[in-house]
Amino acid sequence: MTANGASALGAAVPEEAAFTQEVPRGEPILEVRDLIKHFPLTQGVLFKKRVGAVKAVDGVSFDLMQGETLGIVGESGCGKSTLAKVLMNLEPATGGSVRYKGEEISRLSGAALKAVRRNIQMVFQDPYTSLNPRMTVGDIIGEPYEIHPEVAPKGDRRKAVQDLLDVVGLNPEYINRYPHQFSGGQRQRIGIARGLALKPEIIICDEPVSALDVSVQAQVINLLEQLQGEFNLSYMFIAHDLSIVRHISDRVGVMYLGKMVEVGSDAEIYDHATHPYTQALLSAVPVPDPAARESRDRIVLTGDVPSPANPPSGCRFRTRCWKAQQRCEVEVPLLAAPSWLDGAASHDSACHFAAEREIGQAGQSGQAGESGQGGTE
Amino acid sequence: MDAVEVVGGGRASLAPGTPLLEVEDLHVEFHTRDGVAKAVNGVSYAVSAGETLAVLGESGSGKSVTAQAIMGILDMPPGRITAGRVLFRGEDLLTMSANARRAVRGRRIAMIFQDALSALNPVLSVGYQLGEMFRVHHGVTRKEAREKAVELMERVRIPAARQRVGDFPHQFSGGMRQRIMIAMALSLEPDLIIADEPTTALDVTVQAQVMDLLAELQAEFNMGLILITHDLGVVADVADKIAVMYAGRIVETAPVHELYARPAHPYTRGLLDSIPRLDQKGQDLHAIKGLPPNLLRIPEGCAFNPRCERARDRCLAELPSLVPVVGEHGEELVGRRSACHYWHETLHG
Repeated sequence: MTANGASALGAAVPEEAAFTQEVPRGEPILEVRDLIKHFPLTQGVLFKKRVGAVKAVDGVSFDLMQGETLGIVGESGCGKSTLAKVLMNLEPATGGSVRYKGEEISRLSGAALKAVRRNIQMVFQDPYTSLNPRMTVGDIIGEPYEIHPEVAPKGDRRKAVQDLLDVVGLNPEYINRYPHQFSGGQRQRIGIARGLALKPEIIICDEPVSALDVSVQAQVINLLEQLQGEFNLSYMFIAHDLSIVRHISDRVGVMYLGKMVEVGSDAEIYDHATHPYTQALLSAVPVPDPAARESRDRIVLTGDVPSPANPPSGCRFRTRCWKAQQRCEVEVPLLAAPSWLDGAASHDSACHFAAEREIGQAGQSGQAGESGQGGTE
Repeated sequence: MDAVEVVGGGRASLAPGTPLLEVEDLHVEFHTRDGVAKAVNGVSYAVSAGETLAVLGESGSGKSVTAQAIMGILDMPPGRITAGRVLFRGEDLLTMSANARRAVRGRRIAMIFQDALSALNPVLSVGYQLGEMFRVHHGVTRKEAREKAVELMERVRIPAARQRVGDFPHQFSGGMRQRIMIAMALSLEPDLIIADEPTTALDVTVQAQVMDLLAELQAEFNMGLILITHDLGVVADVADKIAVMYAGRIVETAPVHELYARPAHPYTRGLLDSIPRLDQKGQDLHAIKGLPPNLLRIPEGCAFNPRCERARDRCLAELPSLVPVVGEHGEELVGRRSACHYWHETLHG
């Protein structure tokens, strides 16, 4: 687990910890174990009484490998954005551990924390609200250098910013323009340039293209892929568009209600999903091919996602699952490769009854509801 | 629902194939501080009963503005309809008196909006808002209206409708709110529904539920449906025919299967190519270069020319009109049109 045991074992964090050592490709650069983030629910005005907690992230474990893209998919409210915030150390974790190059980041402070933050950057979803409208593009991209002057000394900053603009495909002469003078796709490029400014190793992309027009999305995806090769970046790519996640990701994790329910390589998840939620999610995605309309075997889930303040006991998906049985109510399924499966189906899946889907079977089972043809007669 | 009486205006059945709604050469512009934005520049389309027309386009393509002009909910000013007709069962909605138009709107043509939370009134219960349709249009009592509201909520499969009829919009989830919007649109059994991005704000599993419900109800009542969206996946799932819009014009129309199989306009081709496909893993996506045009300064000639790989001199000078396209052996392709000078290169090349 600890590829960089040496630094992890050091009792006191070295003052000038700059985390400069290289992690070999394919080794974990970020290790997340049992990460928990609960937001307290309080009652009363003066004497706030804790009445419960929104369990936004509730025991999530995964590794992010050097140089890979890990896609995280899930519906709104499943905790994927909270996960990103905790990894960025923007929200303190309630429990669990996040180790960057073997170093526990929640215990760091001062210079060491600053060094970690320099190496983990974020690209936000909405390019309209994530850029300060009263700052020029040059100030926005150059602001990280105020905090980390060692990356670009004062005299070199303008040049550094212009280089970044060039890298993300914008005209370097736009340095004095304001965000409103750019289109959505161009603004997202500015956001990416800001994320790149400190030469990070990890970039967490939280829905980076979902606010963009279809014809512009592909441009930004291409840019992200090109930058990954150029700067040897590791991406955590959070999105709800499953086809884009498949295109860009090496591995994919599926989240449901604060839990990771299935993790595997892109082919394992998309072609050999064994968790019922993943199967339902994949089958619900509209396919841009009208010929598939009649032949599709869609699992239409009943109901909505339960509240994360009061999640179901046992398996959290059981209230919407057509496979649910008594056991699912009492026993929380662990995220592990099911022993009864082999081949591509044998990857981490948190279901007591994990199995690949047999086409034609799930669509008929009573609770899962109708297959996709309803109403087209 | 079956108890709802149709009041006002005979609902004579149209001859099969006669369009329910025809938009003819519609032009809409917005007067802004920076100049005149030409949002819709000569749009024509038609929908028949029981048919689903998908209007596909990116933001700023004029797809929603066209719908607002049909419904008569365009903000005027700054908006202005400068030309065109909107014929509903042969009558021009744009020249109709305000009263006559009000009788059509809501009762004969209903609209479903993208964001149900802002389309519903937050301080009134959903039961009150659903019942309002019956009170205003049919003059029923409060108690009867509430009964109707419960019926409608059951119709769109909201669980425990009787208990929830007094709840307020914020107490429902996004999918349930969109169901309430659908219930409201259906309440007076309209002939035509215009759905403006009805599932964009919803998660995929909920989106599937809502689209299925809409398709089912449409078939049951034999309604026409105009589905406005940017999602090529949703379109492929439900549409019969498609109109692709770009910079306020329709650039291509086609039956759904043919559009996906063989597009006849470079823009449609580009959109379809930019969807990640399995065999492209590890390669660059085919992105359309450049950006959608600024409506204040739409390029001369074909509006798509700065982004088009096939553009040549004629495209920079001459505005292409929406012409019928034909097959390789000159055979007619029903319902297919393209606004490209060189459509045959995209279609056959």
